[in-house]
Amino acid sequence: MVEIRPPSVGNEWSEETQRRASKIIDSYPEPRSAVMPLLYLAMAEEGYLTDNGMREVAKRVGLTPAQVSAVASFYTMYKREHPGNYLISCCTSISCMLLGSDEVLKAIEDETEVMAEQSNAEGLVTVEHVECIGACGGAPAVTVNYELIEGMTVEKARELVRWLHNARPETVGGAECQELFGGRRSFEWGSFDRSSAVGPYPAFEPLGTVSVRSQSHDG
Amino acid sequence: MTDKTVSAPSIITDRMDRFPADSHTLDRYLATGGYRSLPKALGMSAKEVTGEVRSADLRGRGGAGFPCGVKWGFLAPGKPAYLVVNGDESEPGTFKDRQLMERDPHQMLEGTIIASYASDVHHAFIYIRGEYPRSARRIQAAVDEAYSAGYLGTDILGTGYDLDVTVHLGAGAYICGEETALLNSLEGRRGEPRLKPPYYPAAKGLYMKPTIVNNVETLSNIPWIIENGGEAFSSIGPDGSRGTRLFSISGHVRRPGNYELVMGLSWRELIFEVAGGIPGDRALKCWIPGGASAPWFVPDLHLDLPVTLDDTAKAGSMLGSGAVVIMDETTCVLRAAERVVRFFAHESCGQCTPCREGCSWMERVLRRIREGAGREVDIDMLLDISDNISPGLAWPPRMTTICPLGPSAVSPILAITTYFKDEIMEHIHGRGCPLV
Repeated sequence: MVEIRPPSVGNEWSEETQRRASKIIDSYPEPRSAVMPLLYLAMAEEGYLTDNGMREVAKRVGLTPAQVSAVASFYTMYKREHPGNYLISCCTSISCMLLGSDEVLKAIEDETEVMAEQSNAEGLVTVEHVECIGACGGAPAVTVNYELIEGMTVEKARELVRWLHNARPETVGGAECQELFGGRRSFEWGSFDRSSAVGPYPAFEPLGTVSVRSQSHDG
Repeated sequence: MTDKTVSAPSIITDRMDRFPADSHTLDRYLATGGYRSLPKALGMSAKEVTGEVRSADLRGRGGAGFPCGVKWGFLAPGKPAYLVVNGDESEPGTFKDRQLMERDPHQMLEGTIIASYASDVHHAFIYIRGEYPRSARRIQAAVDEAYSAGYLGTDILGTGYDLDVTVHLGAGAYICGEETALLNSLEGRRGEPRLKPPYYPAAKGLYMKPTIVNNVETLSNIPWIIENGGEAFSSIGPDGSRGTRLFSISGHVRRPGNYELVMGLSWRELIFEVAGGIPGDRALKCWIPGGASAPWFVPDLHLDLPVTLDDTAKAGSMLGSGAVVIMDETTCVLRAAERVVRFFAHESCGQCTPCREGCSWMERVLRRIREGAGREVDIDMLLDISDNISPGLAWPPRMTTICPLGPSAVSPILAITTYFKDEIMEHIHGRGCPLV
């Protein structure tokens, strides 16, 4: 039987989040264009995309919550169900499949005791299969909270899961995970990128732009 | 390795090859000749810049291969106009734009600024797929550096030209790589392709304004073209396939990776010399020459064809996104085809019935055959569904759909029914995979 979730009764966004939201909206000629980055902001605020989060987005861009929901439901990275702290995404598209991704996914499912597209009971790990993540030269590849690990093996995949379980890192760094669990890469990664993901959404801050947009040209 | 590939001029990967540690930084970019083309371009008229790119005969590196300078020339006169960089690389097998964005973001950004200037654009957008947070971080850092150094913002380099750039992250939809779907996505809508005509981006693009959409690799070539001239670029490589091209090679090869190559070498050279051949010296069974959407090639017919846009098109396929996926003799072609079709079934946006229903039907029929429950009539059924999506099964495909995603799912069906019918029959009559 389907469990009926009560409507979320989240709070208004924090002042800091509201400030970031305004800045994102300002970087587009039309507010509606900010829907996608604001949906990520909503996920960062509450851990996943709640009804409350979509209401907060809607009122800032002049849409109804239903319109925002229609957009959010189109894209796989906006999670309407609460994912675990660690979202393990295993690529099983053609290039990864040719080099053993199905066995890697099986190992992850086995070690986490979670079937793909499910979370474990304590809410620590969510496992999903994904289509091509652009790491075909380092196949098979997985991501944890969208941080990439290339050159996976069945054994390394098991080690990765055990590490997440035991170490429970606050943040997940792609370069660190690649060093610990990865193998062959699609290309040289160059210097260490020390960024790390704090939750099951991409670690990207879209506010770096020095906004000096000259309105005269935009409309 | 042949001299041909070793001595190939390196246009877009030179910096990252020579300075792997910091090729992404502004300091390294400036120290290696970066942002030298920008003042040169700003000193030319917009028409002259476009003319230079047109004489380079640079064809788009995203998939369609449309001449870049011609595309810029098509832009309707309405204002404001926009430029959108397509960094939504998601075609299975493709990972070249990720390298260009992560390892040399300023090169792409300088190309973006020059392209914007050439089209009198004052706000450009860089759309990066959501699964590429590191690319997005590197590009955003480059944008920030460029603002601070005066390459972006108002009155760029004192010329009076203004440009702002916004970095936009996708959220996991392959279809947003299709340019009109990308524009819908950038407008905060579902990433559903628009009907062409009338919604050609050059006339009715972002916010229904004239818009240019260019691929990451395409724009990464622009600084070199401005610095060295269009003629220098068009003197490299065969007619119709000028310049170099970044090939993503993956699958059953000894040395997978991205290779910047001058087109015109043979597939045999690309697979066995550049990529080092197949591990264990197993036999080559087939390969996908240009991303999952491309019809497959087989050794008997295609191994000695030149790798050019035109030769590949004449042989019934395409270089597409430059992704080459190699499959050796141990590959079950039904499993491979099912995996490719599954991708399109998963990524279909759902607007057009033939694609929305057809792709998942084909996936299920392929699975049935692979698992040993297939019937001979299933082959006709696969072709019949394919014909409903792409009437006549011609190349280039005709479509009953708004965009080419549906017809792309037909490519693996045609490959296995044309070249590997015996293997399908063995699955059907042997009630399962003969290779297991």
